[in-house]
This record gives sequence, structure tokens and C-alpha cells, in this order.
Amino acid sequence: MDHIRPVGAGAPSPEEGAPGAGPEPSDLAELLRLSARGDEQAFARLYDATAARVFGLAVRVVRDPAQAEEVTQEAFLEIWRTASRFAPDKGSPLGWLLTITHRKAVDRVRSAEAATRRDATYHEQNQPVEHDSTAEAAHASLEAHRVRGALAALTEVQREAVGLAYLGGYTHTEVATMLDLPVGTAKTRIRDGLIRLRDAMGVGS
Amino acid sequence: MSSDYPGNPGYDVHALSGAYAVDALDDLERAAFERHLAECPECRAEVASLREAAGTLAETTAVEPPAALRDRVLAGIATTRPLPPEAPAPVSLASRRPRRRVNLLVAAAAAVLAVGGGAVLWQQPWQESSQAPSAVEAVLSAADAKRSSLDFDGGARATLVHSDSVGRAVLVTEKMPPPPPGKVYQVWLDQPGKGMVSAGLMPVREDQRVLLAGDAATATAAGITVEPEGGSDKPTSDPIALFDFGRKA
Repeated sequence: MDHIRPVGAGAPSPEEGAPGAGPEPSDLAELLRLSARGDEQAFARLYDATAARVFGLAVRVVRDPAQAEEVTQEAFLEIWRTASRFAPDKGSPLGWLLTITHRKAVDRVRSAEAATRRDATYHEQNQPVEHDSTAEAAHASLEAHRVRGALAALTEVQREAVGLAYLGGYTHTEVATMLDLPVGTAKTRIRDGLIRLRDAMGVGS
Repeated sequence: MSSDYPGNPGYDVHALSGAYAVDALDDLERAAFERHLAECPECRAEVASLREAAGTLAETTAVEPPAALRDRVLAGIATTRPLPPEAPAPVSLASRRPRRRVNLLVAAAAAVLAVGGGAVLWQQPWQESSQAPSAVEAVLSAADAKRSSLDFDGGARATLVHSDSVGRAVLVTEKMPPPPPGKVYQVWLDQPGKGMVSAGLMPVREDQRVLLAGDAATATAAGITVEPEGGSDKPTSDPIALFDFGRKA
């Protein structure tokens, strides 16, 4: 966890302006709408409100801060270009931003792996099994506190499977190997875990 | 990869929604699931809700980026044009019967290939199909691989290879000029009873091998059209190339 620093130490603060406490979701939607028209100032505000989460996710998946910066830059450029394609009825603005970010981060690690795997077997590459815990990175925001609470609704294997897949950027087949699960069951654990997380957080449904 | 794989009995594509939502599918599975998503509103809704759930995890990993990154991002967008909203796509090719032979609409192709420009491709996350080398190789080396090539003015060449045993098709292009500004090349499979079904967008590269999404074993033809950036649900223009698979009508 070398690259993950706690941002803002101390107890969660209910005050606005705490790290990570951005504008209300509806404000993000408005900023996206303005960005789609080419409003660079609105986009700068969108960046300020979301960059910590976008960059933090990129760092978490790709691990290398320099590459995470590139992923973040690519993600925000795509968000700017495609802001007009954001569909408010299909999800939250932040969820949309993070979907784009996550995909770019995963593409980055998979293409890097494809390049190195030619000289190393899959098994060797995956020997040092690292069981990521989704709760290990510290970020003192109310929302992070809520998420950690919601993760308690998951079984341990669901929590590990979701964490390895989303924050680790591994395929469900790799997750199965890492958790000693039969191939085919990891995807079920991931889905069940996400459903519990969704229901505990009250999002997206 | 065991029996739990697309095309094998007992394979439940529906159960992939969670892994798909967190980008945890390999390329073959993703292509299969995206085909399923196109016709399963329940799965689309579930994927959307599970993506929201996964996104909440980013709250636990937030890290302030370096200030210099903000400058780079804002400098980058200042020179990039936001895309217009997606226009509703009229259907023109969907009901068209597949042709018997490899066919090139010369006028359309000339119009496309004459125009240069550096359009950048945009793909929705769920539309991206980065190619699985293994699947591409499987098609190209299959014993029953069938090939047909089209030569364009200017030296560009497109070759469509499909294999019924693998069930996939690969488009190989050489010296392909970029699409006109604001446009992309989109590939299609003509599926019986459904018409042209999107098989993905072509990355902007002169020489490439694109794995087409969708079942090539049931398709009767493949086509390439020029579509607005982001692609279309159905073809909105005549194809610049059509490859008939030579099946009996």
C-alpha cells in the first residue's frame, strides 16, 4: 500500500468542505451538462470535485502513480469529450466517471500484463498472491465511512472477490485462483457481493 | 477454460453481470455478454446498478492527485472538442438482404477513403472490444477459416476471416485510411431474423486485426459502415464493404 496515503486524518467530519465531500450529485450532472457545451470552467469544477476519487481509483488499480496519472488524464479527457453521452436516467454522474476511469485502469494493467507474460508463465506472474482488503485504504470522509459499514454486509469471500476484481483489476478467473475457488464461482461471489453492497448503500436501484 | 465458457452447454451468460460491471471478464466473455446485454434490459439495469455499487468503493481509496495533473488535464481538454449528443439513428440497412458476393459500394467507399483527418475514436466502456489475441489467432488458424478480401482505391485492403468452428470473425485491415472527422468505422454481422447487429467499432489504425463481437457461425454476412462517433445501434449509411459468408439463403 505504498502508494495509498490517507487523505485528511482524523474522525469523519460532517462539515461540507471535508476532503472528498464534493457537490451534490445533481451539481455534478449540471457540471457535466455545461461541459458538454464546451464550458471549461465547469469542467474544472467537475475535476476539482471528483479528481481525488478518480485518481485514487486509478492508483489503487494500476499501483504505479505515474501510470495512474496517465490513466486519470485519459479518463478526464474522455469524460470531457463524451459528456453529452452521459445519460442521467442510467446512473449517477460520479458512477459514470468512475466506470470510465476503471475501464481505462484495467485496460492499462491488462495490456501491461500481456506484454510481460510472453516471457513468464501465467502461474509465475501470479505467485505472490495478494489478498487486497477493500477496507485497508484510509480516507476520512463520511461516505468512505458509510461504504466500510456497508461492506460488513458482505461475506468475507464476497468482500475479497469484489475487492480483487474492482480494486485489484483482476478477472473473475484470476480471482477464483487467488481465492482457491472453483472457476465459475468467483463471478457469482462478485455479483452477490455487489448486490449486497448496492442494497446496503441504497444506490442504483 | 473449463466447460464454463461461452458456447459450451450449461453456460449461463446472465450470471456474468457482476463480473462485467467491474471489468472482470476476459475479452471473449465480454463480447458474449455484450451481445446478451443488447437484448436483455434486465441485465442492462442490473449492470448499471452494480456499477453504482462498485463505484462507492472509490470513496475508500480517494487520493488527492498532484496539482500539476490538474493543469495537464485542463490543457488537454482545451484543445479537444466535446462530442455532440448522439442523434437518433434511422434504420436503413437493417432490413437489407445479405448479398451473394463480396460487394463494394464504390461511390461510398471513394467518399470515405478520399477524406483524411485525425478523428479520435470514442467507445462506450461496454462497447470496447480490445482483441483477445487467443481468439483472433484461433479464427485465423482455424481449419475451416474462410477469407475474402476487398481492395480499395489507394491501396487499402480489408480481409474478413470467419470460422464456423470457432464461431467468430476477424477483420484484418491494411493501409486503412482514418474515417472522416467525427466518424468511425463500425462493423456488423448480419444475423438471420435480426438484420445487421453491431460487431463493434474499429480502432483508428491503418493495420489491425479486429475481433468481431457476436456469433459468426450464425451470421450470413459482415459489413463495414461509416457511423457518427460513438457508433450506432443500426447502420445509418450504406456499407463501404460487405462480405457474404456464402451460406444458402
